[in-house]
Amino acid sequence: MSSAEIATVQESEGFKIRWSDLAPFIALAVIVLLGALINSNFMSSNNMMNVITRSAFIAIIGVGATFVIATGGLDLSIGSMLAFVVGIMIMAMNAMAPSLGPWAIPAGALVALVVGSLCGLMNGLITTVGRIEPFIVTLGTMGIFRALITFMTDGGSLSIDRSLRAAYRPVYFGDFLGVPYPVIITVIVALLGAFILYRTKYGRHVTAVGSNSDVARFSGVHVGRVRTMAFVIQGFCVAVAAICYVPRLGAATPTTGQLWELQVITAAVIGGTLLRGGKAHIWGTVAGALILEVIANVMVLSDMVSEYLVAAVQGAIIIIAMLAHRFTNAR
Amino acid sequence: MNFSLTDRTGSDTAPKPSVLHAEVLSKAYGPITVLSDVTLDIRAGEVHAIIGENGAGKSTLMKLLSGHTPPTDGAISMSGKTITFANAVQAEDAGIVLVHQEILLAPDLTVAQNLFLGRELSRGFRVDDKLMNRRAAEVLARVGSSARPTTRVGDMPLAQRQLVQIARALLDDRKVVILDEPTAMLANDEVDALLGIARNLRDDGVAVLYISHRLEEVEALADRVTVLRDGKMIGTWPAQELDQRQMAELMVGRELSMLYPPKRGAAATDPVLIVEDLSVDHGKIAASFIVRPGEVLGIGGMIGAGRTELIEGLLGLRPAQARAIRVNGTIITKPDVGTMMAAGLVYLTEDRKGKGLLLNEGLGPNLTLQALGMVNPGLRLDRRQETRAVKSAVEEYDIRVRTLSIEAGQLSGGNQQKLLLAKVMLADPSVVIIDEPTRGIDIGNKSQIYHFIDDLVRAGKACAVISSELPELIGLSDRVLVMRAGRFVAELTGDDITEQNVVYAAASSGDGTEGRKRA
Repeated sequence: MSSAEIATVQESEGFKIRWSDLAPFIALAVIVLLGALINSNFMSSNNMMNVITRSAFIAIIGVGATFVIATGGLDLSIGSMLAFVVGIMIMAMNAMAPSLGPWAIPAGALVALVVGSLCGLMNGLITTVGRIEPFIVTLGTMGIFRALITFMTDGGSLSIDRSLRAAYRPVYFGDFLGVPYPVIITVIVALLGAFILYRTKYGRHVTAVGSNSDVARFSGVHVGRVRTMAFVIQGFCVAVAAICYVPRLGAATPTTGQLWELQVITAAVIGGTLLRGGKAHIWGTVAGALILEVIANVMVLSDMVSEYLVAAVQGAIIIIAMLAHRFTNAR
Repeated sequence: MNFSLTDRTGSDTAPKPSVLHAEVLSKAYGPITVLSDVTLDIRAGEVHAIIGENGAGKSTLMKLLSGHTPPTDGAISMSGKTITFANAVQAEDAGIVLVHQEILLAPDLTVAQNLFLGRELSRGFRVDDKLMNRRAAEVLARVGSSARPTTRVGDMPLAQRQLVQIARALLDDRKVVILDEPTAMLANDEVDALLGIARNLRDDGVAVLYISHRLEEVEALADRVTVLRDGKMIGTWPAQELDQRQMAELMVGRELSMLYPPKRGAAATDPVLIVEDLSVDHGKIAASFIVRPGEVLGIGGMIGAGRTELIEGLLGLRPAQARAIRVNGTIITKPDVGTMMAAGLVYLTEDRKGKGLLLNEGLGPNLTLQALGMVNPGLRLDRRQETRAVKSAVEEYDIRVRTLSIEAGQLSGGNQQKLLLAKVMLADPSVVIIDEPTRGIDIGNKSQIYHFIDDLVRAGKACAVISSELPELIGLSDRVLVMRAGRFVAELTGDDITEQNVVYAAASSGDGTEGRKRA
């Protein structure tokens, strides 16, 4: 390299457009466009808001999953954990309702956040202190949480106290200046997640641990702590999703959140987060969650494909996304 | 040491018949010639030792002879007929086998399964375990191994695995057996056993090519010795004509160039790093040492002597215990990378791609990863400050980049090394320990790094350098500690810092070998 070239070193850190980073957003735009062409009802603001609101759960949990996956981990327990946290929250609120009245709702939410974070802490500590693959650990806790919610509901359903229903309903069904609360909460969670991941030392350590844990260790990063904290963030996000979920159906059942872990991981991966760690896209995950929900919605609205095949199409999407990634990176 | 010098057959009888002949073999990778004009005659019933420094071309020569890679020039002939090997399997079919230095066995398979891996014996469609176990027992007995064919390899100690690896090479009749540093990972009595195996092979009429760093083994075992240096062949001698010191001199014999800055001379300042009785990997490595401001301490020794492990132990990257560690007067009770950095000591790993840099990340995240808490005390990352740090590092350490948004993996080796240096220097340490400062980088970058080291030492900092490149160790150091089998066996200063002295201390059984005492 000549010295002249060195002298012209780019001044800015550069907002170079990376097509692979934009891919999930482009894909989302294309699918929305297709939806609009297929059915005119699709673009109605009512339908749109509905779709976005429903994607909130996967998006919120996905923000946490992005952290775990970025450290090179994986959490399979999130769907069951959500059901468990929902169950605990309902039980806590129902127990507090007689004495606290509507204040039982924020108190229950606090309980949910604590329990969710503790569940994540448990996953994290077993993984790091016990030195067990996160896949195995969370496979185990997935079973445990699922069994616990089945036990707590006695195989049936666990409903929220009637006195709280009206007060709590708006958290899912209400809106602020026309924007549904779950959407606002999703945006706040994603903003916070993006801040932590991209703008703090902890976030920097997350990507370092995920891209090469040896380098991180040799640089004095406490790898175990970083990994454990990612699971705690995941648990916290699950609790936030639970808080939004309870007013929607008002009950927990043994099938609450079933297979959500797969949807969440799919959203993160099609959003551009690498499953082997080191590269994380919070907003990509949010786009991924939207893509999944929009596809389901378009299929329901159109008569071309049976809606029973929604999961098949979502499954195909993740494979196509990965193949596209492979080919764009092969250069 | 108790290697018997009389236990050598055939050294004074008529020359043995030649089985393998190499004529002016050369090997080049692109424009770089790594081996040139080697002519060798390998004879049946003889142990032929190949010695040379790291990078002298020993491994390349072995790869050529065993068909792992083709020569660029020259010819190999067996019993007078010129032959070319397309791959290692063809060479093995011709009776030449290379026993690798690293253990290449599947830990979850049994000994017999490993021995026959890829060439399983079968009866019809079924593998014949009974026959394989019987054949395995025979060949294991031949190498003096007591292992049972049905033992899982992963359950065996390292030395036993080494024997299995040799047994695998001997499964079929061999004319030439090449042993590439077979004792690198063995303890002392295991070494004796291995030398016994080599002798048995020789007595069976096999030609044994023996590559080793350890000159006392060569002296005890070899019938003839070939010396390589800088990819060139220096010569072949009957082993009894050379003693260990002469071998060391033949291996070295090179002048220092102006590559190195002038030396500063031994410093008389108070030590900034004091390490007392540091024991790493449960006592396998044990040492005390100090480093003074204004000096470069060289840590020499053969690969595998335990130098890197010692320093990794010092930083808490391996299980370690110490009577006392003091950095800048601060007593360190529980060392880890972070507390050491806070006290003023940083370590630059030898494995820059595996442990030093995040290859998929940009310059900024790499530069600031270690010292992030120091240069950026607040919660929020200051991106502007980071960009400034990158710019000044690029300038100060002359990291040649076309754009600042490049990923670390796209840099050349030399620029990666400079980035790594900038990374650890960002914490403004008073002691820098650099492991293999110039491995795999070109001569221009090498010289620059030597001058960076000189600059920081002249600025009153202390520097310890682990180097397996002797000229580098000699050219940089004001004081040299030589490690051998996990113990420091010699300290050299001033004019005593010569390649001969370092090689002698590192490889011979001469003075100060308490480190290799029998357990």
